[in-house]
Amino acid sequence: MAVMNNVEAVRATLYDALKNDDRTLILGEDVGARGNVFLITKDFVNEFGPERVIDTPIAEASIVGIAVGMAMEGLRPIAEIQFADFIYPAFNQIVGEAAKTRYRSNGEYTCPLVIRTPYGGGVRGALSHSVSIEALFYHVPGLKIVAPAFPADVKGLLNASIDDPDPVLFLEHKKTYRLIKGEVPDGHYTIPLGKANVLKEGSALTVVSYGLYVHWALEAAQKLQEEGLSVEVIDLRSIRPMDKATILESVRKTRKLLIVHEDNKFGGIGAEISAMVAEEALFDLDAPIRRLCAPDVPAMGYALPLEEEYMSSPAEMADAMREMVRF
Amino acid sequence: MATKSSASAKHVPAFERHGLSDEQLVSMLRTMLMQRTLESRGFQLNRQGKIPFASASEGHEAVQAGAAMAFHRGSDILVPYYRDLGLDLGIGLSADEVLLSLFARAGDLSGGRQFPHHYASRELGLHSISSVIAAQLPHAAGAAYAIKLRKQTGRAVLVTFGDGATSEGEWHESLNFAAIHALPIVFLCENNEWAISTPLSKQMAQPDVHKRAAGYGMPGVAVDGMNPVACYKAVADAMERARSGGGPTLVEAKCYRFLSHTTDDDDRTYRSREEVDERRKNDPVPAFERLLIENGVLTADAVAELKREILTETNEATDRAEAMPYPLPRDLYSKVYADTYEPWR
Ligand SMILES: Cc1ncc(C[n+]2csc(CCOP(=O)(O)OP(=O)(O)O)c2C)c(N)n1
Ligand SMILES: [Mg+2]
Repeated sequence: MAVMNNVEAVRATLYDALKNDDRTLILGEDVGARGNVFLITKDFVNEFGPERVIDTPIAEASIVGIAVGMAMEGLRPIAEIQFADFIYPAFNQIVGEAAKTRYRSNGEYTCPLVIRTPYGGGVRGALSHSVSIEALFYHVPGLKIVAPAFPADVKGLLNASIDDPDPVLFLEHKKTYRLIKGEVPDGHYTIPLGKANVLKEGSALTVVSYGLYVHWALEAAQKLQEEGLSVEVIDLRSIRPMDKATILESVRKTRKLLIVHEDNKFGGIGAEISAMVAEEALFDLDAPIRRLCAPDVPAMGYALPLEEEYMSSPAEMADAMREMVRF
Repeated sequence: MATKSSASAKHVPAFERHGLSDEQLVSMLRTMLMQRTLESRGFQLNRQGKIPFASASEGHEAVQAGAAMAFHRGSDILVPYYRDLGLDLGIGLSADEVLLSLFARAGDLSGGRQFPHHYASRELGLHSISSVIAAQLPHAAGAAYAIKLRKQTGRAVLVTFGDGATSEGEWHESLNFAAIHALPIVFLCENNEWAISTPLSKQMAQPDVHKRAAGYGMPGVAVDGMNPVACYKAVADAMERARSGGGPTLVEAKCYRFLSHTTDDDDRTYRSREEVDERRKNDPVPAFERLLIENGVLTADAVAELKREILTETNEATDRAEAMPYPLPRDLYSKVYADTYEPWR
């Protein structure tokens, strides 16, 4: 066991992958000499060489597209999009190509590919370095989407993503990169994609979240615990496939559901969870489902008040939880 | 198949065979005739209401037969586009596979999921493609990178696309990346001067795609896309260069699209009959037939026999495919992920 932050957990996992499997390689912008803008791949190029730690041109469509071709030929590429805000040029390659390779070739070709990208706000990243992209991609069958919150999950889920025979979009929340520390088991292990984690058991309300907001929701739930209010917190960990069973089991127990996410509400992950729970467990509910999400505006701003207004907070989450518990 | 040696033919036009044997030349003609026969079968079946859609590549037979002859089966990788039936046939696709694709039967290589002529076969080295223009270019560069990383000299990737595809960003990105890494790949442009209804002049300000190669730092070659032997030579040289570590080449074959874009298009709405009739005079299929006959590679009778053979093969494959079952409704749910997948519904 070692204590790591999320950056260190990503780095250690990528290092082991390159070390232990010569089919793996990393490609992206500034991943070589610079070692990625967050220093995740620092010194990798010296150890593994520029053939396996590829500094690509600034061309996101082909960073992913080239990785698709490599994956079709049996390599295990780990593509990096420097910031999630810049993934849009690669939309076609992710949605139209990677996610459909197996399906359209009737299984003849597959696309075992990981696309890692830092996302999320609260870091004064302004309009174009703060975005959440998960809702743009979670509509797509054939793709898997992972958004871990804790270092140990980062390692287990990234290992599982690299081992996975299908394309995985691996979302790393920037604000958790250095903020969140935790114990990470030694050696190779995986955490299955599509398994949520019940972080805190509770009886009066289920809160579902992922990424940075998991930490805030946990903080809020602990505060409520001190007030004698028992809240269950679920860390989704994987957005697709989604762990329907864990959500439903919890909701059937607590009879109330609050979803919190940083992405805006309209068409967000919370919309799907709400609809699913309404379809499957409406009569088990004692209160309307509630979603605490970003407002429906194009982006958070650079100015602190514009960022803070966009983001939620542990206090706001605690308020929402109290209201729901008391409903 | 009767072939006879070329020595005794009279007033033979200049014929450079670039080392191709009689057998190889006949095989190229066979591919061209097969392509034409199968594609007109597609149009017929569409008009009979038996299949919803067909496309054709009349005018592309020479470049495709030539390129296929330059492809090393069993080691090279082909990343084609949707208008490459002749190339697919030339590297080993069968008439039955084509008809199963046209009829969208369960036994189609895509399981009846894709439009016709989107084949995928690891055995043939034939990559899976979508219909999205230029999306296959980065895959080809990635495949070439995999070959290079594994130090598999003697292997190369052949990727094809139309003139319209050269306007896409992924086209540019792929040539740039391939040149930076000196990848074993040949970019073959089948420039037929049209992208559905958009003429070359609205796709690019100067009409020579191959000239762009200089901007990437790779050789660019233009070739008469109506001459199968010249196309063979251009692609073979480029593939050999790629296989031996010499890096990528952009080859531009100047050809023409004789028919409408697909059965859903009507080219009379955007180009004149005069233009099409004029270009038809350059039809590569009868021209190659004549060339081989005049040079004594095979007799007129042998050509007629070859055509009968191909028609019979096509008819039989049509009957067989038509009698095959469609995919089942439940097949919609398979091959989404590797593991069993329970789709939300
Ligand atoms: C990205 C994308 N945009 C548009 C289309 C629709 N489309 C299909 S074929 C075609 C023309 C392509 O022309 P070209 O690349 O010259 O190939 P050709 O069909 O002439 O062989 C277009 C616009 C598409 N399939 N993909
Ligand atoms: Mg064209």
